Amino acid sequence: MTRFGIHLLSLAVVAGLSLTEVAAQEAIVGIPPESLNSRNMTIRSTTDIDILLPILEVFVATNPTISLRYEQWGSNALYANSLAACSGDATSADVVFSSGVHQMIDLVNRACASPYLSAETAALPPSRRWRDELWGITKEPAVIIYNTELVPEADAPRTRFQLLDLMRRPNAMYQGKIATYDIEASGLGYLFAFMDSLEATTFGALLEGFARTGAVATCCSSEIIKGVAKGEYLIAYNVLGSYAGGVSSDEIGIIQPEDYTLFLSRSFMVPKGAARKTEARLLLDFLLSAQGQYLLRAEGLVSDGINSPLSESARRPIPIEPTLLVASDQHRRSLFIDLWRSAFARTANSE
Amino acid sequence: MGRVMLGVLALLAAGGIIVALASLAYGKQAARQSFDRLLLGAAQDIAESIKITDGAPIVDLPVSAFSLLSLAVDDRISYAVRDAKGALLTGYQEAPTPTTPPQGPQSIVLFDAALQGEDARFVTKAQRFAERDYAGIVYVTVGQTLRARNALAFELTKTALIGMSIAGLVLIASAYFVIRSAMRPLEDIATDLSTRDPYDLTPMSTKAPSEVAVIVTAMNQFMRRLDRQVGAMRNLISDTAHQLRTPVAAIRAHAENASDETSPAQQQQSLEKLLKRTRSLGGLLDQMLSRALVIHRTDNAPPERVDLRDIALHVIETKDHDVLSPDITVELVIGDDPVCVLADEISLREAAKNMLNNALRHGQSPVRIGVTQVDASAQLWVADAGDGPPIEVQRRIGANFERFAASKGNSAGLGLSIVSAVAEAFQGRFYMDCVDDTFRVTIDLPVIGADHD
Repeated sequence: MTRFGIHLLSLAVVAGLSLTEVAAQEAIVGIPPESLNSRNMTIRSTTDIDILLPILEVFVATNPTISLRYEQWGSNALYANSLAACSGDATSADVVFSSGVHQMIDLVNRACASPYLSAETAALPPSRRWRDELWGITKEPAVIIYNTELVPEADAPRTRFQLLDLMRRPNAMYQGKIATYDIEASGLGYLFAFMDSLEATTFGALLEGFARTGAVATCCSSEIIKGVAKGEYLIAYNVLGSYAGGVSSDEIGIIQPEDYTLFLSRSFMVPKGAARKTEARLLLDFLLSAQGQYLLRAEGLVSDGINSPLSESARRPIPIEPTLLVASDQHRRSLFIDLWRSAFARTANSE
Repeated sequence: MGRVMLGVLALLAAGGIIVALASLAYGKQAARQSFDRLLLGAAQDIAESIKITDGAPIVDLPVSAFSLLSLAVDDRISYAVRDAKGALLTGYQEAPTPTTPPQGPQSIVLFDAALQGEDARFVTKAQRFAERDYAGIVYVTVGQTLRARNALAFELTKTALIGMSIAGLVLIASAYFVIRSAMRPLEDIATDLSTRDPYDLTPMSTKAPSEVAVIVTAMNQFMRRLDRQVGAMRNLISDTAHQLRTPVAAIRAHAENASDETSPAQQQQSLEKLLKRTRSLGGLLDQMLSRALVIHRTDNAPPERVDLRDIALHVIETKDHDVLSPDITVELVIGDDPVCVLADEISLREAAKNMLNNALRHGQSPVRIGVTQVDASAQLWVADAGDGPPIEVQRRIGANFERFAASKGNSAGLGLSIVSAVAEAFQGRFYMDCVDDTFRVTIDLPVIGADHD
């Protein structure tokens, strides 16, 4: 984790930041590292710094006058922080780059973003941009991963139906060994679950299966992936494929479900309060350029149809459009979380 | 041509502006209506998704409502579901509330408000609940910014304007050709007139659209009148020169004689001859002027209703005959009923005066001047007891009296030529005949009804 000189923050390091803000940040890194505390462009993102750092280093190398301060946040905390920045209650980042697409849609809908149009942004398909204020940069599948040593190859679920069958087996092999995101803690987990509930009727059955097998809802991609690699969990559902690819593939099998696979497009926004809009837009154009997309593909953040077993109809990109506002609705969210909780409450009771 | 084309262009431009404004209003209206329906659909969708759970309204926000709103691709959305007291159940706290509560059978109200500083359109729908554990109204407010509306309005207007511009161009082109073809005869007329010989007063071709033909006809009439006047003037000048030559030569001869005479008696005789010739010349001049007057008036004075009896009376009352020939009796023969014609009074007086003078000078007493009406012809005549001029003279009526008169050195022929000209000018006839042993000279004019007076 400290490979790129990441500075874990303590309360004492940065003066002037509020308590909640500091607590919400998972990591901060300067690119180049020595520029961390000087005045530079701030990126607040949910993306693991390990993945994005090589790309940002190329960007800084191409634009030597720009130095970056990269802050890694949890998606819910980042949403709260951006809302506060929008109403002027917190300092605004220059770039917000989040996997909580529904939260980003909500921010744009609240007029927290500033518009920009260039050849690169115009080339994006309409489903990956909104109002020229929000742009989908990546294409990352939501996958099922399994431990290759402990799960027999015949058991590896190629579709959700196979996963359901697996969970309905009478033996206790998978009892308590299936993991997925805690949708209350993770904006991305909530978005995946919500889209699942819209995409197919399998969602109800999945919840029932999770309840039956005593599935574990936990936080954060890296923890889940590590858990599977160590054999702590045998199967994990709705893990971000781009993170899973980073771990040695000997330990982990990755499956893009063949009934349908959700594709997330991490979205990029320049807040209206950004102090360095020009540099932020430069970064946007860089990420969307052929070079940027090539680098992102190398890091597993852009997964196109090439070499994919999926049929075109099974690829379900999460569109960047205002229908996602429904996911952010208080009532809808609490109804959904109630449903989720009731499933996992049974899990808890059965243990 | 330029001015007419400018006028047509101005007309088209004014029409174009009006149609453009109308299509803009139409585009706005159409876009407003269609997107208002979208909003309304979404609000209804949301309202129907409200369920009462454990005594509280819970909104299971439908994705379909937002799919509907997403048809306005780039517009921001605001929505709020509030209870009867205005407390937010779910949605955006910032969503505005209408100033007047929803009314009508659909319980909706549409209103304009700002959405984070941007113009937006909102609808609020009231949904009533009467459940065991919840009764009352829930208000659903949905709003959207105006980008898609304005884009649609612009698109509609643009389409209308493109169609209109094409129509306008076609109109301008056809107006150009129509005006050109309508104006070409005028150009032809102008060319014809400017290239004409100054003495050429022949009529122009009337081959032109009826609107232009009117002008051509009027110009042709005008030229005909001009031609006649020029001709009359030319005749007058040449006649005058011709007629004056002989008497003036005679006067000069008499004057030379008088100055050459040595004996006072001979001189006196010559002077008397000179005086006689001079008087005669005076009469001739008088009549020539009177003829010129008649020609001028018949061409220029509009004819009016004239009672021929007034003419006869006037001639008698001026009592010229008493001075000219005191020994000749003049009688007036007129009836009680007016005899009216359409003519020029002054010209008729001159004609009558000449007829009377002729009779006084050459006829025998008694001389009568009278007016009679025979069917549709009104006759003004002068008769005397003589035989009239020799028959060959009478035959030359209609020819140049004046030549004849000049050769005789008196003015009888000239006088009759005036009479003849007047009769002709007012669609009448002039003739001489012998009635009851009297020689009679008559102007015969068509009667117009006396009833109108």
